[in-house]
Amino acid sequence: MMYGYEWDTTTWLTYTISILPIILIGLTVTLKAAVAGFAIALSLGLAFALLRRSRVTAISWTTAFVVEFLRDTPLLVQLFFLYYVLPEFGIVLPAFLTGALALGLQYAAYTSEVYRGGIEAVQRGQWEAATALNLTRMQTYRDIIIPQAVPRIVPAMGNYLVAMIKETPVLSVVTVLEMMGLATMIGERTFEYLVPLTLVGLIFLLLTLICSAGLHRLQKALPKAGIPMR
Amino acid sequence: MDWTAYLPMLWKGAVVTMTITLAAIAVGAALAFFFGILRVEGGAILSTIALCYTEVFRGTSLFVQLFWFYYALPLVGISFDPITTGILVLAAHVGGYGAEIVRGALSSVSPQQLEAARALNFSRYQTLFRISLPQAVVEMMPAFGNLAIETLKLSSLVSLISIADLTFSAQSIRNLTLDSTSIYSVTLVCYFTMSLVLMMAMKVVERFVRRGDVMPRPGQS
Amino acid sequence: MTDAINEPIIEFSNVTKRFGILTVLDQFNFSVAKGEKVTLIGPSGSGKSTVLRILMTLEPFQEGSLRLANISYHEERGKGPFQASERHLREIRKHVGMVFQSFNLFPHMTVLRNVVEAPVRVLGMGRADAEARAIELLDMVGLADKKDHYPVQLSGGQQQRVAIARALAMRPRVLLFDEPTSALDPQLVGEVLSVIRSLAHEHDLTMLLVTHEMRFAREVSDRVCFFDKGRICEQGSPEEIFGAPREERTREFLSSVLA
Repeated sequence: MMYGYEWDTTTWLTYTISILPIILIGLTVTLKAAVAGFAIALSLGLAFALLRRSRVTAISWTTAFVVEFLRDTPLLVQLFFLYYVLPEFGIVLPAFLTGALALGLQYAAYTSEVYRGGIEAVQRGQWEAATALNLTRMQTYRDIIIPQAVPRIVPAMGNYLVAMIKETPVLSVVTVLEMMGLATMIGERTFEYLVPLTLVGLIFLLLTLICSAGLHRLQKALPKAGIPMR
Repeated sequence: MDWTAYLPMLWKGAVVTMTITLAAIAVGAALAFFFGILRVEGGAILSTIALCYTEVFRGTSLFVQLFWFYYALPLVGISFDPITTGILVLAAHVGGYGAEIVRGALSSVSPQQLEAARALNFSRYQTLFRISLPQAVVEMMPAFGNLAIETLKLSSLVSLISIADLTFSAQSIRNLTLDSTSIYSVTLVCYFTMSLVLMMAMKVVERFVRRGDVMPRPGQS
Repeated sequence: MTDAINEPIIEFSNVTKRFGILTVLDQFNFSVAKGEKVTLIGPSGSGKSTVLRILMTLEPFQEGSLRLANISYHEERGKGPFQASERHLREIRKHVGMVFQSFNLFPHMTVLRNVVEAPVRVLGMGRADAEARAIELLDMVGLADKKDHYPVQLSGGQQQRVAIARALAMRPRVLLFDEPTSALDPQLVGEVLSVIRSLAHEHDLTMLLVTHEMRFAREVSDRVCFFDKGRICEQGSPEEIFGAPREERTREFLSSVLA
């Protein structure tokens, strides 16, 4: 895709300016991957957390094992696994989706623990009061447990989002052209890695700082009227 | 091809992975304590330097750091062999996270302990090394355990700077045999096993650190 | 004891409840008439709270049978002899309400929503109707002016009064009180007891009360049951139990708590 581009490598400043547009295109891919991965992580993690609480021991133990396995093996190898093994079973996904799925799976293992902690922090008396008022299990989760768990889990979830953004460069190894993939490509073309890699590093640093600040504000804005946080 | 045929080569890779992981944990722990203590005790200038270290290494993605030190630094005349680069970058990365753990644990030591130390006229260094740190280390252990597993997992990224670790071996075998399913399954199980071993090792370290720790803890009356 | 000897609304027969190897209720028999106000007293661990928790379907039991308002706690064609489907249990819960020792108000909801939530969700009442009724009930417990407060902003006594209003909003036929004043500072006990006392005049409401407030038990109950080791050791009118206990264990217990 980069044939026809000329990079002006005369000084670091001109070089930066000439590659910036391409890197920013990569940034949008990075962010899309993080958002897609995080959406998967949030929903799958909740499913894991609820299955983990199942009264059927076969289900809860299997889920516990799957979560532990996902948590204790590298994202990169999981990604290779999905990328090379899924097609052998007839499932051919675009590289971007495979990447988002790998991110989502790995982080679902983390988020499920956050959900679990948040749900377990709600006192047992709350379940009993809900039972005494004859709420269904669904209603109890929806109206009583989850609203109390959310303010407790948002900070941890936010931290995982930030962590996930920083792991998106892994997707470049399966040909997804996000920021990092583009930066190394430019480096290969010009034999000048310092500027593109530093630029990408700085953008990540900026993203991290912005996200952390945003998270801090969100945490303050959350409705947590009356909920004991510890 | 029978998957057991891959095992010798994977074993070699696993040894490299273990070596890099353990070395990075050792160096990373040293960095974590050094910068973590600086954050709390360093005074304005030193603690700002420590803050920059943690923010940069936590904020810029290990992937970028590895490539930066591998490809970019040699261009300005600094270069190490790949293994050393891998270990140092991984150590600096997890050291950044570790420094935050150390800082958090140190600042959660109860003020009464510090007042007691002052009342006994301990010097600042005596207070730090005899009172604060021994108590804080116990608090750090669970988080350090997680960080150790994280280090093992992240070590797979060094395969991308052509170090022949477990992931790299798996990739090479796959490129030869195209037998993806068994190769990657075995590799995942290898990593999982190493994680479990590392977890147990960290539990042993934790028990060692906790010896003589008689403070009541949650869950213990 | 007015017209208490009509048909029973609660009937335990030979109920046995175990926690692991510990037998909490042993071949337990007990029945309560419609509208009766019964107080359960006894040393802690004697099984009185367990009776309420079984009635509220918070605990299963292992043997015997239990009926409430003529509904068995075991389904005829249920999964096993001592299990019932969630659907069946919800049928039972329509008739019972419970006030807990630790209030268990929902901390993320205002006082008003605490009272309105279940009538709207479970009984399907319109929100406006439910709110009007909730305000009536809050007025009855003297807290209508606190309707927009959150539970943490209230004292323990006020929280417990809200919890009583919340339970009443479901129009239960049987109301269970599990040590409703044990978690309160002594100076807040009175306000909660006076609310319960006013309910004791409700003709139709059946009340089961576990308490350590002996003077109060004497005043409001039709019947007092003294529990010991998973059985009812002695029961009778308050005058009998507090005035002339027959059993040695009862005398010991009463002298220890009244001393």
